Amino acid sequence: MKKLIIVLLLSPFCFLLMAQTKQKPKAKAASTKAKPVPSAAAKASAANGLKVFTQTCISCHQADGGGVPRMNPPLIKTPWVLGDQARLIKIVLNGFKEDVEINGDYYSNVMPSFAYLKDQDIADVLTYVRSNFGNKASAITVKQVTVARTANGK
Amino acid sequence: MKKTTIKTSVVLAALAGSALFFAAKPAPPKNAKSVKAADESGLKLPSGFSALIVADNLGQARHIAVTSSGDIYVKINRARNGKGILMLHDKNGDGKADDITGFGTYGGTGMAIKNGYLYASSDENVYRYKLDNQQHVIDGTKPEEIVHGLLSRHEHESKSITLDNAGNIYVNVGAYSNSCQKEDRQKGSMGRNPCPILDSAGGIWQFKADKLNQTYGDGTHYAMGLRNVVGLDWNQQDNQLFVMQHGRDQLHDIFPDMYTVQQSAILPAECMYAIKKGDDAGWPYLYYDQIQKKKILAPEYGGDGKKEGSAKAISPVIAFPGHLAPNGLLFYTGNQFPARYKNGAFIAFHGSWNRAPEPQAGYFVVFVPFENGRPNTEGKWEVFADNFAGSPDKVKSGRADHRPCGLAQGPDGSLYVSDDSKGTIYKISYNNK
Ligand code: HEC
Repeated sequence: MKKLIIVLLLSPFCFLLMAQTKQKPKAKAASTKAKPVPSAAAKASAANGLKVFTQTCISCHQADGGGVPRMNPPLIKTPWVLGDQARLIKIVLNGFKEDVEINGDYYSNVMPSFAYLKDQDIADVLTYVRSNFGNKASAITVKQVTVARTANGK
Repeated sequence: MKKTTIKTSVVLAALAGSALFFAAKPAPPKNAKSVKAADESGLKLPSGFSALIVADNLGQARHIAVTSSGDIYVKINRARNGKGILMLHDKNGDGKADDITGFGTYGGTGMAIKNGYLYASSDENVYRYKLDNQQHVIDGTKPEEIVHGLLSRHEHESKSITLDNAGNIYVNVGAYSNSCQKEDRQKGSMGRNPCPILDSAGGIWQFKADKLNQTYGDGTHYAMGLRNVVGLDWNQQDNQLFVMQHGRDQLHDIFPDMYTVQQSAILPAECMYAIKKGDDAGWPYLYYDQIQKKKILAPEYGGDGKKEGSAKAISPVIAFPGHLAPNGLLFYTGNQFPARYKNGAFIAFHGSWNRAPEPQAGYFVVFVPFENGRPNTEGKWEVFADNFAGSPDKVKSGRADHRPCGLAQGPDGSLYVSDDSKGTIYKISYNNK
């Protein structure tokens, strides 16, 4: 009798426990499909990306990535930001000074080389750029930067 | 939708209320029409002044010139539909341009009227167009090429112009560099010594205003060591050239151990120089620090933020906080504004970008009172026309609605301001006589 009472009393807890253990994998499965919960590595990359952006890119491209009219181009959905990834990495390694039209306008300032940045910093800052300011593009990995740097020779 | 209408009507009511309040205080303005227009312009002006929007959406409206009958020539930075110069005419006399025509296929910045000609510049050349007795261009398709082949290498490419009373035209050739580093704008890169840019850029060249086909060798290297000048004007009282220099950028980015982000946001000064033939303002070897009030040796050339640069370089006649970007300079010679404005300097500050991540500043027109052809000795200046940006937040973020660039004086003594962001032309008048 006593045993039965204990079991009855405990059962709601068991149910809760079971429900919880059941729900966990479910939530995980859902997360990979819809809104990703960032991993610790992704969080560290995002934090470092913001830091590198603030230290090295912000004075020209501005905090909102919108650039400066006629001077520095926006980093919002441009073919360089969203396009070929090796080409994007090379812009950071070599700088950029080309009379090209960027999203309908021309820009007269000069972007210097940032080859002194570590591969990790370049990967993080470009991942930051590609996932902010309205951009929704994939991450740039350290390996991609290393490969691009070797091919680029600087 | 309903909410916004309610909101706007509340704002409008408040505006109307304050207009009544202001109108009640000083003598009632004579010209009620332009007071109403001042509300539409959004500008903040000293009391007694009002502004009118003459035209809008013209493209990148750089420098402007106004004819003796009040028509406005506007130089467009990037020609639109093959038109790099616009003429604004007001047919019905309400102050707004209702007849806009264009010519000149090239983009550029410079625009001036002198002795029966309209002068205009592309980023490499200077042209002129003969005017008829109403100061209208006779043939927009046939300009005379005064100067050609000036260097335009991506950076500081605009060629601003002004003319003296002795038949000369002065042209700025900006330095295609920030501080003449071995690698432009690169962290830690040292300066090239001597700086090879200075022989053909980073200065002012003087040419004959009526001679065709001139280039460097035909002109006089009038002043050097000026990084980039966009605003310049001939001072009639001194009979002398005055220029506004855009000071160098990125002290912190390039030398982070020597300059904090905050120092880099306000240093170096934007300087006004009174120029004599042969003057050297010291770029790239030094910059002017408006806080220490000294010419400081540039870090690219061994400076540490304190060591002074060569004493041979001229000093500014007045210095402003860093990066405000002075794009227009005009000495006021009219009689419409109160007497204290006569012969003083108006400066259009385009607004900063190089202050990020610190808040941006500028986007206003400043007035500097002059005494005996020089700025007042205390270096005092005042904001004359403000709120081109649209709000204080838009100033801080740098997302300004309008950016003042060119200045011109109308035949009635009104002040015209161009905006190269949205292509708005403002006319500022004094009505409270
Ligand atoms: C000194 C100013 C400056 C700095 C600092 C700077 N850039 Fe740039 N950047 C420019 C200019 C100017 C251009 C365009 C040059 C041209 O059109 O010739 C440009 C172009 C680009 C482009 C290609 C065009 C576009 O808009 O997509 C990318 C991508 C870019 N920069 C990313 C960066 C990143 C990332 C950093 C920081 C690591 C950075 N920039 C730092 C000035 C700068």
